[in-house]
Amino acid sequence: MKVFAELYFALGETRALGRKRELLVDYFRVAAPADAAYAVYFLRGGRLRQLYQRQELLDALLEASALPLWLIEDSYAEVGDLAETLTLLAPEADGASGGQNLAQLVEHDLLPLKSMDAAARRRALIALWRRHGRHERLLLNKLITGGLRIGVGDGLLHQALARALEVPLSCIAERLLGEFVPTAAAYLRLAAPADADTTHTPLPFYLASALADADVQATLAALGDWRIEWKLDGIRAQLIRHAGGVRLFSRGEEWLDGRFPEIEAAALALPPGSTLDGEIVALDGRGSVAPFSALQRRIGKRKPGAKLLAEIPVALIAFDLLRGGEMDLREQPLRERVDALRALVEPLGTTSLRMMPGLHAADHAELATRREEARAHGYEGLMLKLLAGPYRSGRVRGEWYKWKLAPRSVDAVLIYAGAGHGKRASLHSDYTLALWSGDKLVPVAKAYSGLSNAELTILDRWIRAHTLERFGPVRVVEPLQVFEIAFEGVNLSKRHKSGVAVRFPRILRWRSDKTARDADQLDTLLAMAR
Amino acid sequence: MARVHVSFARAPMQSRHACRMSELIELRPEGLYCAAGDFYIDPWRPVARAVITHGHADHARAGSERYHAARAGIGLLEWRLPGANLCPLDYGESVRMGACQVSLHPAGHVLGSAQVRVECAGEVWVVSGDYKRAPDPTCAAFEPQRCDVFITEATFAMPIYRWPTMVEVIAELDAFWTECQAQGETAVLLCYALGKAQRVLAELYAQCPHRRDEVVLLHGAMETPVDIYRRAGIHMLKSESLIGSGVESTVGRLLIAPPSAAGSPFMRRVKNPKVAFASGWMQVRGVRRRASHDRGFVISDHADWPALIGSIRDSGATRVLATHGRTQALVRYLNEQGIRASALATELGGEDT
Ligand SMILES: [Zn+2]
Ligand SMILES: [Zn+2]
Repeated sequence: MKVFAELYFALGETRALGRKRELLVDYFRVAAPADAAYAVYFLRGGRLRQLYQRQELLDALLEASALPLWLIEDSYAEVGDLAETLTLLAPEADGASGGQNLAQLVEHDLLPLKSMDAAARRRALIALWRRHGRHERLLLNKLITGGLRIGVGDGLLHQALARALEVPLSCIAERLLGEFVPTAAAYLRLAAPADADTTHTPLPFYLASALADADVQATLAALGDWRIEWKLDGIRAQLIRHAGGVRLFSRGEEWLDGRFPEIEAAALALPPGSTLDGEIVALDGRGSVAPFSALQRRIGKRKPGAKLLAEIPVALIAFDLLRGGEMDLREQPLRERVDALRALVEPLGTTSLRMMPGLHAADHAELATRREEARAHGYEGLMLKLLAGPYRSGRVRGEWYKWKLAPRSVDAVLIYAGAGHGKRASLHSDYTLALWSGDKLVPVAKAYSGLSNAELTILDRWIRAHTLERFGPVRVVEPLQVFEIAFEGVNLSKRHKSGVAVRFPRILRWRSDKTARDADQLDTLLAMAR
Repeated sequence: MARVHVSFARAPMQSRHACRMSELIELRPEGLYCAAGDFYIDPWRPVARAVITHGHADHARAGSERYHAARAGIGLLEWRLPGANLCPLDYGESVRMGACQVSLHPAGHVLGSAQVRVECAGEVWVVSGDYKRAPDPTCAAFEPQRCDVFITEATFAMPIYRWPTMVEVIAELDAFWTECQAQGETAVLLCYALGKAQRVLAELYAQCPHRRDEVVLLHGAMETPVDIYRRAGIHMLKSESLIGSGVESTVGRLLIAPPSAAGSPFMRRVKNPKVAFASGWMQVRGVRRRASHDRGFVISDHADWPALIGSIRDSGATRVLATHGRTQALVRYLNEQGIRASALATELGGEDT
């Protein structure tokens, strides 16, 4: 989101069309498809359905800023723009959101607002303000108050897309006729080569919404209406068996053909005209799901050799059937799609393409037990899908939920600091954190901030004053500062000196109340790993 | 920024100065006047004795017989008020003027800027002059003074004015410069010649070590104040005059010029100028757009809203007089917060934001 917020800010700062086009091209060259899809949507004038009444916004600001109403109104009169007034008057960001991207912001934070009650919505808005810096907050408030309203015409947008995606302008214009649904798949269709056969391109993925512990009872009241599955820690993928062969796509990111030959080989036994949704995972020696770190070695290899194929086999664990017998099944209820999928997959009798098992839980207590079992297996948690529901596109709340394990955390010591990127290039915001092994500190994770701007500035100054040694942009600092880092998972790893690989580490907070000696032992982390 | 709140019980003072008929500091046609000490603070007409908060034109005007000012700012005053009779005072040094003890204290605005503390018969007034609370490598940091009455500036006295950190802004400025270099343009930064230009040069020096070999180009109006700051020992990026220094091409260079240079013949010397404006007013997008420069950077040497409110709290004053800018919102806000406040219509302010 930060990148798009910077783009939005920069577009607003220039009147030169050439410069605007350059900014857009630069953005679309590197943006992930899911984010780029929303960027296209908003830049074309798309907006979210109204999330807040004007009065609600003012009430939230009244609460967050502790300013009197007349002063807010005077400020509004001076600024002349509601979104900007909210941006300037809401309190400064106190905890950075980290690496959240545009699609996540819209789907995780903004769209769910609609189903909340007024008080929860207000709290959520204030929390969003607190999590975002200046430019991001402006973008956020623009989205909330009804769109970007920016001087980017269709012509300019089409030109920029054509240049960034290297697709003829006429093609872009044609593909953007009519409504554009902001999904990664839609963006990929936009980016597809001019002669691409669309039956080989993926359908938009349906993405699960996060389910908070507190909402489990209410949301899953009739537990029998829900299909329960493991949430695996792999790569979400769509497998397309067409007359000419097999294509594998990751979630909006890339065409995976060639990387996972055993899955493609197994899928050749499927009837053409089938599209499966599932998760690619690595397998261990017993054919069970292996940690994500094993899969990572496969992802990195475009043409895996025989040795790697034997050492780390992979499988697609299929959980949905989107097309069968050339027919679009997405409007069918999940119950029927799963039955049809089972009928296709089970007869294959291969380890490389398997059916996702359905789990059983008699009540919510048992469901919670299942979720805890996920930890032992190294899974991320549970998926809950309404058996009567269709396959939707994007992150539409209501039918698919993920109930993830709570992230875990350790207190680690800052040992190296590197310069950040972009606007933060002059600040040290890339941190290497370490845990104790005896009297030695062993690096275990790299985290990119997660701190507020104020904290970043203070820490940056501290880093400059407490540098022991410099290696280019990286500084070795005195091991004194302690940070609580959270992570999604931790796996044993031979590649890491520490013996563990931490997944999605991020700084939860600066533990200035702790000394380095209070930080955790490496053994603590090893015990969490598998 | 951490602000220390000191609270202590104050002896009742009403009775001790009940005999005085008027205010300790009052508004006269010449400026702010202290009758008990027989001196003016930043007078806008010639007077016998002036106490000067800092060298900006709205505060330091020629023609008075004698000027008292902070020693750190004397160099600037010698330049702004040639031939004037200047009496330097160290920060914190207290001198007797009539029935008053007068001392100057750092205001953090520009080199040598001061708050004026006046104590008379147990009553303390502080005139803030212009001030800010954000760190500035070119001048001593604002030191809060406890007082009964605080006369504060109010240039940016609206809560929408809350400055980004200089770390952020300098990173943006550095990126702007880099972009100009990549595009074969000259990065022109318009800003006030006294204070802000030097602050920018000093911040670039401190925060952008990769720029230390660059020589920044200066408009003529910038040269003397930059020299004065260098003589005062302020570390800044190297600089040279654009006119008469034999500069072949300005492309890829950073050029600092006063706002008045925009659209003037001076700009004909500049190849492919990309013009940015550094000012607190650049905080609001609409203002940035109306200013119709290529870029706007939010840099101000004045207190933003949190700094104004924080400084008023730090002063412990039970009465606040607001001047130098738009006082209305601040006065109303303070009164609602239980701090007696009113506006003071001086001729200060308006040029150095
Ligand atoms: Zn001034
Ligand atoms: Zn002034």
